[in-house]
Amino acid sequence: MEEASMKRSLSSILTLLVLLGLILSACAPAAPTEAPGAPAPTEAPVEEQPAVTEAPAMSEETVVIGFTTSLTGAQEVSSKRQVAGFNLWMDQINDAGGIKLSDGTVVKFSAQTYDDESAKERVQELYTRLITEDNADFLISPYSSGLAAAASIIAEQNGKVMITAGAAEDDAYKTGNTSLFQLYTPGSQYLLSTVDMLKTLDPEAKIAVVHENDKFSTSVVEGLKPYLESQGYEVVLEEGYASETTDFGPVINKIVESGATVLLGGGHYPDGSTFARQLYERQAGLKFISLLVAPADSKFPELGDAALGISTSSQWELAATHTKEEADALGKPWFGPTGEEFAAAYEAATSEKPTYHVAGGYMTGLVLQKAIEDADSVDPEKVKAALEAMDIFAFYGGVKFDTSPEAHGLQIGHQMVVAQWQKDDAGELVRRVIWPADVANADPLYPVPEPE
Amino acid sequence: MQQISLLLVSLPDGILLGFVYGLAAMGLTLIWGVMNVINLSHGPIIALGMFGTFYLFTRTGLNPYAGLIPVAIVGLLLGILIYTVAVHRVINAPHLSSLLATFSVNMIIIGLGTAAFTTSPYNVDFAAGSFKLGSITLLGTRLIAALVAMLFTGGLYLFLFRTRPGKFIRAVANNRAAAELMGIPSTRILALSFGLGTMLAAVSGALIATFFPFSILAGGSYELKSFVIGVLGGLGNPIGALFGGLILGMLEGVIPAFMESSWVPVIEFGLFVVILLVRPSGLFGAKQ
Repeated sequence: MEEASMKRSLSSILTLLVLLGLILSACAPAAPTEAPGAPAPTEAPVEEQPAVTEAPAMSEETVVIGFTTSLTGAQEVSSKRQVAGFNLWMDQINDAGGIKLSDGTVVKFSAQTYDDESAKERVQELYTRLITEDNADFLISPYSSGLAAAASIIAEQNGKVMITAGAAEDDAYKTGNTSLFQLYTPGSQYLLSTVDMLKTLDPEAKIAVVHENDKFSTSVVEGLKPYLESQGYEVVLEEGYASETTDFGPVINKIVESGATVLLGGGHYPDGSTFARQLYERQAGLKFISLLVAPADSKFPELGDAALGISTSSQWELAATHTKEEADALGKPWFGPTGEEFAAAYEAATSEKPTYHVAGGYMTGLVLQKAIEDADSVDPEKVKAALEAMDIFAFYGGVKFDTSPEAHGLQIGHQMVVAQWQKDDAGELVRRVIWPADVANADPLYPVPEPE
Repeated sequence: MQQISLLLVSLPDGILLGFVYGLAAMGLTLIWGVMNVINLSHGPIIALGMFGTFYLFTRTGLNPYAGLIPVAIVGLLLGILIYTVAVHRVINAPHLSSLLATFSVNMIIIGLGTAAFTTSPYNVDFAAGSFKLGSITLLGTRLIAALVAMLFTGGLYLFLFRTRPGKFIRAVANNRAAAELMGIPSTRILALSFGLGTMLAAVSGALIATFFPFSILAGGSYELKSFVIGVLGGLGNPIGALFGGLILGMLEGVIPAFMESSWVPVIEFGLFVVILLVRPSGLFGAKQ
């Protein structure tokens, strides 16, 4: 009797496991997913050829770009935006007929991507797959410094050129890597503009540095602390918190007890938005709050009044988009669309306003395009040489990579701006650029208003 | 001196949060106490409770505390369904079978939840004000959540000790075979117990959603806390779970006063191991 019952139980468990497997396989991306919005490679455009011509014969080559997307997990919000920006570039370049090389080859692009679940282990497994099975020609990093660092090891081991978007941490470029090219301003410089602005607003401010304990945020703080010291600021509290922190109550109590008037820190979207909300609820009484990443996202105003006054360092803002005139003044070649054209195209495609993560994703494609055009080839070594020689200006700003052996691939041509959530005349929350003064479209809200 | 002041400020917060942790753990420990099943679907059910509050609040405008009633009813029914489909047939099998069965349910809920809600963070934009007591700020949402947790604890106590089905549950937990001989419908009582356990999980999730952001993956950390609390209070002892929750909440309030807050999980889980080694029946005694 008992045996029969056990057999029945066993068969039930097996049935359940099979059912589970079926459901999971239905939910999980079993096959490599084409990047959303990426069109299938098309035939090369047919051009009317003169009867007798010496022009080279047209041939089409599809370059495969491999990357992972965090469709799930902690990095989902920013990662999806980065990929959306990249897809926009790819759609545009393919629709425009691709890149035409001097030997008559038309280069088009296709994307190969997988969900990395915001997990480093998945990233390493999937980048290996992208290189060895999918034969990706070039790689783009996943979003976030931690995931990009994991991917960079695989890219470097296999000698694949990888443009790292959404990965600002400095260290990966200081360990002898030669295949990585960073698009973002390095983490160590993230908050320096904010300190410069503070210097004009409140030289006596007492600073609390409270940050996520991850690669990116730690690299930001490592650059920030000596700069604060050099500017004569007193850091009254320095505290790290775990990435999965949801209760910031004890940390906020510490900030209040420390007598800090300004908070600099944060990490990524989930923790940053939670931190901002709880600072508001607890009426922490700070004069100025700058958090990393989260306030730069268009989801941030969902916090309501808790978003008011929160500022962030931004890689790009439409309100302070870079222009050809700026490039001319700097004597640098202009490349790509204007900021307004980019924003209009993105809004037409998604009905959303682009954030700096979107701009970063788009710019990744633009940089690769420029490198292929300059190299007049898709040969990885020639493209790599073109990236090393690159010194351009686009709507996103300057792009130039360090070529010294000490910091190969580190971004040295790009500057950041400081943006802050303020209210417009209609009482709607809008993100305004408040620093540098020459590109600002609003004065800083300082001190930030007390919650009612 | 600054540490003492910080301690006084942070302690009330931790205690209020501890009540809600205790409520979540009570569901886990009730199920273990009655049927010796470790419910690994506890975390995703907490997350579903969070989404329940979110959708009731954002779509219908229902006050999150009024929304607790439908969340509790759905939690109860969901628990009965899970018990009937996944647990009942393995209830007498070795623990590993029930562990795998509830883990499967966990994966199914997370898979379906990810497809439906993604893993983006959600926020219930609801505030119940705050109260200042000197340098102490008490958030209204946490205060109400603690009161609700106490109400549910009291309700559970009355149900278990003053009602006929409650007495049946205790009888089945004590000795299922003897209870069956006395004519107690053990299958229905087990299903009801599982339902009550998931109901408590869903309600705790609904309360947590009023002050913390969440995603479908958010229940995992509260499930882990529930294990620590269960061991602290004694697995199978629902009232002990409430005290275990209070201890954990206090630790979360106190530890950051003396060291970086990233040490909190290290100390919490260190305590978990120490209790298992030194007093495996928990501080308040496990079910015998």
